[in-house]
Amino acid sequence: MIEFRNVSLTYPNGHQGLKNINLEIKEGEFVVIVGLSGAGKSTLIRSINQMVKPTEGELLIDGENTLKFSDRKLRKFRRNIGMIFQNYNLVKRSSVLRNVLAGRLGHTGTLRSILSLFSQADVRLALHSLERVGIAEKAYIRADQLSGGQQQRVSIARALTQQPKLILADEPVASLDPPTSHAVMKDLQRINKEDAITMVVNLHAIDLSMQYADRIIGLRNGEVVFDGPASSVSEKTFEDIYGRPIKEDDLVGDASNE
Amino acid sequence: MVARSKKTTWWVTLPMNNTKRIPIIPLKQKIFALVVLLIVIGLYYLASIATNSSPERLINGIPHIYYFVVDDLIPPNWSYYSRVLPPLLETWNIALLSTSVAVVFCLPISFLAAGNINKKAWLYQIVRFLLNVLRTIPDMILAVMFVAMVGIGALAGVYALFFFSLGILVKLVSETVEAIDPGPLEAIRATGGNIFQIICFGAVPQILPQYVSYSLYVLEINVRASLVLGFVGAGGIGLILRQQMSLFNYGNIAMIIFITFIAVTIIDTISTSLRKRLV
Repeated sequence: MIEFRNVSLTYPNGHQGLKNINLEIKEGEFVVIVGLSGAGKSTLIRSINQMVKPTEGELLIDGENTLKFSDRKLRKFRRNIGMIFQNYNLVKRSSVLRNVLAGRLGHTGTLRSILSLFSQADVRLALHSLERVGIAEKAYIRADQLSGGQQQRVSIARALTQQPKLILADEPVASLDPPTSHAVMKDLQRINKEDAITMVVNLHAIDLSMQYADRIIGLRNGEVVFDGPASSVSEKTFEDIYGRPIKEDDLVGDASNE
Repeated sequence: MVARSKKTTWWVTLPMNNTKRIPIIPLKQKIFALVVLLIVIGLYYLASIATNSSPERLINGIPHIYYFVVDDLIPPNWSYYSRVLPPLLETWNIALLSTSVAVVFCLPISFLAAGNINKKAWLYQIVRFLLNVLRTIPDMILAVMFVAMVGIGALAGVYALFFFSLGILVKLVSETVEAIDPGPLEAIRATGGNIFQIICFGAVPQILPQYVSYSLYVLEINVRASLVLGFVGAGGIGLILRQQMSLFNYGNIAMIIFITFIAVTIIDTISTSLRKRLV
């Protein structure tokens, strides 16, 4: 369970990314965070694994205040959190398999990993993760040879290989076309259901949020302005969160042309 | 004509039938450029007086060069090649060994000298400062220092070129590291990887082609540098070149120059074509 208690984050330049956030995210939930760009979605998601560190409050995960962790403990803690990015963040010149194996780095000793001495169990796990997102046959191909959707699947496989309890996805489909967006969201949904991995996903597309989320959290100017089950959400809710009428850009469109 | 100038399209708004010339470069800028040009020419003139190198002397010297080449250097002493090849091999070995060792050592230092990897500002500044100091020392001075330390011979050349190429390589590689895509580094940090794993899995694959290319480039530089290091006693072909020069054996000197020219050309051609394929 993730618990934000009065969490605020002020960047060194004085910009306040998060203002007094109080949230509880239960295990196995599929949470989508929505809001306009600059609303603090990324900051919220990144503060969970402390890619950015909140400046005030407590962030409890399974009852422990993670903001007090030492560097070593923080690294150990991050092993259990997969992360997916808008730009995939793969090493383009490395093979797909090597990118996926990066998910085991937290479990592999420094010397072993520098010499690329991953255990066969880890390699099998990596291949299995690739199988689950349907691109096992690309294992030995260089990452930059793949399409955007395939690259995002590689990054999902990398997160899966960590065998995480939680996956954070920061705008995972913002660079993809509508059919691919739906395919990637379905992958995330399937992983959430099959492995009971908690998902926290940032989206700005309204229709995607409503279709895949269990629960929607709306952010504006670093504050939570909406929190409720996806079933209770209408377009009016989004107009309140965004503070403006809904535009066509806010929708991805359906997967009919998939 | 009158009717055309009355049109209101944008291009007619330029004063077409006005007799005043429209400058392309404003007068102020022209005067400034002229003053700068005069100052630069003046400095060159002063430098030429200070070094006693008037163009006249240079022109008068050309016939001397001509007679030196035709009478003294030609023909080269072809049979001298057997004495040239062993020191040439030594020169190549000095260059190769010093470059190889520098290539290995430059990697960790490059990451310490890259601001996106080494976030400790004080350490970063110290490493950068030391490297700047190292790079200000010319290779010849390094060679003189190491000849004094380890004695005349190839070893002094290896040491000198090692430090010389370390300075260049770290500069080039650390700048490549600073320009890499930060995304993969972030992704590996998020999986719980430590700094060595971030470097190894995120940064190294991104810089690999440039790293190999710079290594070959520095090898080229070192081959040329090691030719002259022999002049100060650091081994290789420079040693016999200086000997033959002090004996005025111009036929032998011509042979040394000829063979060196061929060897350097071959090495440069191979290295350049390899580098073209890399990046």
